Amino acid sequence: MKTCGATPGGPSLDGIDLTKQSVIQGVILRDGDADGVPNGAPVANAHIRLLDSQGEFTAEVPTNSDGQFRFFAAPGAWTLVVLAPGVRKELSVIAATGVPADLLIQI
Amino acid sequence: MSRESALVTTDWVTENLKNPKVVFVEVDEDTTLYEQGHIEGAITFHWRDDLQDGLVRDLVSKEKFEALLSKNGIANDTTVVLYGGNNNWFATYAYWYFKIYGHQDVRLIDGGRKLWELKALPLVKEVPARAATRYVAKERDNTIRAFRDEVIAAIGTLNIVDVRSPAEFSGELAAPAHLPQEGGQIKGHIPTAKNIPWSKAANEDGTFKDEAELKSIYEGAGVDLAKDTIAYCRIGERSAFSWFVLHELLGVNNVKNYDGSWTEYGSLVGVPVAVGA
Repeated sequence: MKTCGATPGGPSLDGIDLTKQSVIQGVILRDGDADGVPNGAPVANAHIRLLDSQGEFTAEVPTNSDGQFRFFAAPGAWTLVVLAPGVRKELSVIAATGVPADLLIQI
Repeated sequence: MSRESALVTTDWVTENLKNPKVVFVEVDEDTTLYEQGHIEGAITFHWRDDLQDGLVRDLVSKEKFEALLSKNGIANDTTVVLYGGNNNWFATYAYWYFKIYGHQDVRLIDGGRKLWELKALPLVKEVPARAATRYVAKERDNTIRAFRDEVIAAIGTLNIVDVRSPAEFSGELAAPAHLPQEGGQIKGHIPTAKNIPWSKAANEDGTFKDEAELKSIYEGAGVDLAKDTIAYCRIGERSAFSWFVLHELLGVNNVKNYDGSWTEYGSLVGVPVAVGA
């Protein structure tokens, strides 16, 4: 898969104590070849919103220069909203302690 | 105060980029954002290095604040326009800070850096050189700042508004979910506090909701705005956002930001704590 140098998924988990954290992370990529596959350029400065199971806003982060983001959530069901110029995308994700939810998201 | 005097739009910013009376100041939680690109002509303040005492947990002294503004070419009659990432959290904190030291004309870009980016408006890397001034600050206005003893005294008496996320309020999380869940302090909230997350006041693009909606958010949650109100969060930035909504947009004068917030309260020995929704 072409990813323009970005590692698929979120930032490195080195130094993060996964026995205590419920990580939701990922990378936002463009659909490079217009084929429905997220193999295009990483999207820096997209804004990712984390909503709880009631749809209540919990946190928001911008993506880094590699299009990556990370949340430290609590175990359970969450919704991510991806905002970028002209783009709004929602997706569901489950967080669990010990196993990071690592996402590859195409916009 | 009102929306007209406290907020500017991105269009206003575009029209005033060369206005010599205006200084744009970016204040971010992620302090690397400014270097990656900022609004043309904007300077930046570092929320910790420039705005925290560093030795004592407190705002910088009046003299240090004067030196910071003088060095950055801000005069007493400058229109200071603040903006930042993360829905203007740290920019509204800086706004509150400028009001503490009595700056006359300070405003916030509605939507902050996020809206600017979502509109794909230009960001530059050039750092402006500004001629120094001799800024004179006023004595601190503590009518907009709450301290721990008055917070304890307010339990069951005044409005206490916890503006953190529901998960932090209930004690499920110790910090906002974009930060590692650490901290020596216990989890929970100040008894009798109403949980009205700061985010209720913001649209998805970071702009503020209109005044009627804002009023109904607080009144709908059972806050009697005729009574004194203290807002808090974890370290005082998000509650500065809610203070801005109440004090500056809705014109409610008897509102204070408790910048000690949960990191102070949740570490106090023997004070009452509540958990759960």
